[in-house]
Amino acid sequence: MGKVIVVTSGKGGVGKTTSTAALGAALAQRNEKVVVVDFDVGLRNLDLVMGAERRVVYDLINVIQGDAKLTQALIRDKRMENLFLLPASQTRDKDNLTAEGVEKVIGELKKYFDWVICDSPAGIERGATLAMRHADIAVVVTNPEVSSVRDSDRIIGLLDSKTLKAERGERMEKHLLLTRYDAVRAERGDMLKVDDVLEILSIPLVGIIPESSDVLRASNVGAPVTLAEPRSAPAMAYFEAARRLAGEDIPVTIPEEKRGLLGKIFARRAA
Amino acid sequence: MTKVLTDDDRSIRIKGRSFLAVVLSPALPLDQWLARLDDLAARSAGFFLTRPVVLDVTELQIDRAQLKELLAELSARNVSIMGIEGARPSMMAPGMPPALKGGRPSGDIEVKQTEPVSGEVQTEPPRVEITEQPRPTLQSLVIKESVRSGQSVIFAEGDVTILGSVSSGAEVIAGGSVHIYGSLRGRAMAGSVGNTSARIFCRKLEAELVAIDGIYKMAEDLSPDLIGHPAQLWLEGDAILADKMN
Repeated sequence: MGKVIVVTSGKGGVGKTTSTAALGAALAQRNEKVVVVDFDVGLRNLDLVMGAERRVVYDLINVIQGDAKLTQALIRDKRMENLFLLPASQTRDKDNLTAEGVEKVIGELKKYFDWVICDSPAGIERGATLAMRHADIAVVVTNPEVSSVRDSDRIIGLLDSKTLKAERGERMEKHLLLTRYDAVRAERGDMLKVDDVLEILSIPLVGIIPESSDVLRASNVGAPVTLAEPRSAPAMAYFEAARRLAGEDIPVTIPEEKRGLLGKIFARRAA
Repeated sequence: MTKVLTDDDRSIRIKGRSFLAVVLSPALPLDQWLARLDDLAARSAGFFLTRPVVLDVTELQIDRAQLKELLAELSARNVSIMGIEGARPSMMAPGMPPALKGGRPSGDIEVKQTEPVSGEVQTEPPRVEITEQPRPTLQSLVIKESVRSGQSVIFAEGDVTILGSVSSGAEVIAGGSVHIYGSLRGRAMAGSVGNTSARIFCRKLEAELVAIDGIYKMAEDLSPDLIGHPAQLWLEGDAILADKMN
């Protein structure tokens, strides 16, 4: 049986979808079978970031409502044969997600895949609670700023009360993924520092993804950053996070952008 | 014409208090139930006269007009309804007693019968016997983790101890003292049922709001040199005092 990861945050725009795609591609490069599932019904994005938007025929809602088989809705990645996408519906709304339907789909996916990664919508409503409901592991994506931290705190509370694991009295495994981190700005006090965020949220850190234009560029060409620019600093950080999720015990580092001496001087001046 | 509306020495106290109310649960058909009520009232004169009565309509399939009629019937019998439990919003109308929820069951209340025959000397005043009333014991609640944003811990029976932190946007309400072994970033309210000796203790004070026995202080009212330090807060008169702890 595969493991179910939910990538969640509460707040929107912190990098859930980007992180889902990057972690999915990173785990797939370890030769494990991975499916990324978009739960953002009505506002789907994962298909774009995965570069599969023109290949969507059936979606999660079709499968839940019995209009399509799971195998018909799964889209195999063109670059990696063990990476799949289950897209969300763009034309329906979140009311079409039912607890029984989601349970059935996740249960089936767990049989075929080593990793089922659920990309949660923002918010704390139906879509988000159903995305986290069947998870074994939660990746809480947080930006180093106060509103994102508070929303993550709220989500951690829900992970500990509204999930199947919590209802069975077990503990949900939770990991903090700090995204869009800029060491220079954190040092200057414009951003929260890693330790501040960790003190407030008090869950283990799985990775620090540096703020980088590589991430945006990868999204725009429709590829996870771990496939498009595997040598870039954010990609390295996602690879490290994936290794930790797979159970490896390695220290968390803050990967830095590799710039020449001139680049460093200009970066300082621009910042 | 000037009038001083605020008086810094006296703050408004908002307290919680629980009372034992008599609950009446009518059954259909209502005229038969009212007849039984009349029968009971005849045998124990004045039982409902001075008592707060809650009307439980959870099991009752009636509409707004019928509820209004029932209230009028009860009012004619000198039964004063203080609240209605289990009513659907469609049944309620302005002017009706407020809707109540969250009632906890207590023991049955026996109606002591008064003898209808006069001339006999009443040796004992009519009284209500409450069976199995729980003996009050000091209680405490221990939360082994952090209270996250959006969560609230409410424990009117005694002290609350939190082994983790209380996050921004979370709240802890205790009838007794509040002990927080992590940081207090949210709200803590101690002595919520009127306990002036309740205190708030925390390892790191960064609270949004603290209250003891209904008197509260906002974050900006707290002395800046306490912020970020271990502290305790208590009540003296109508003022919350705070001090660092080592």
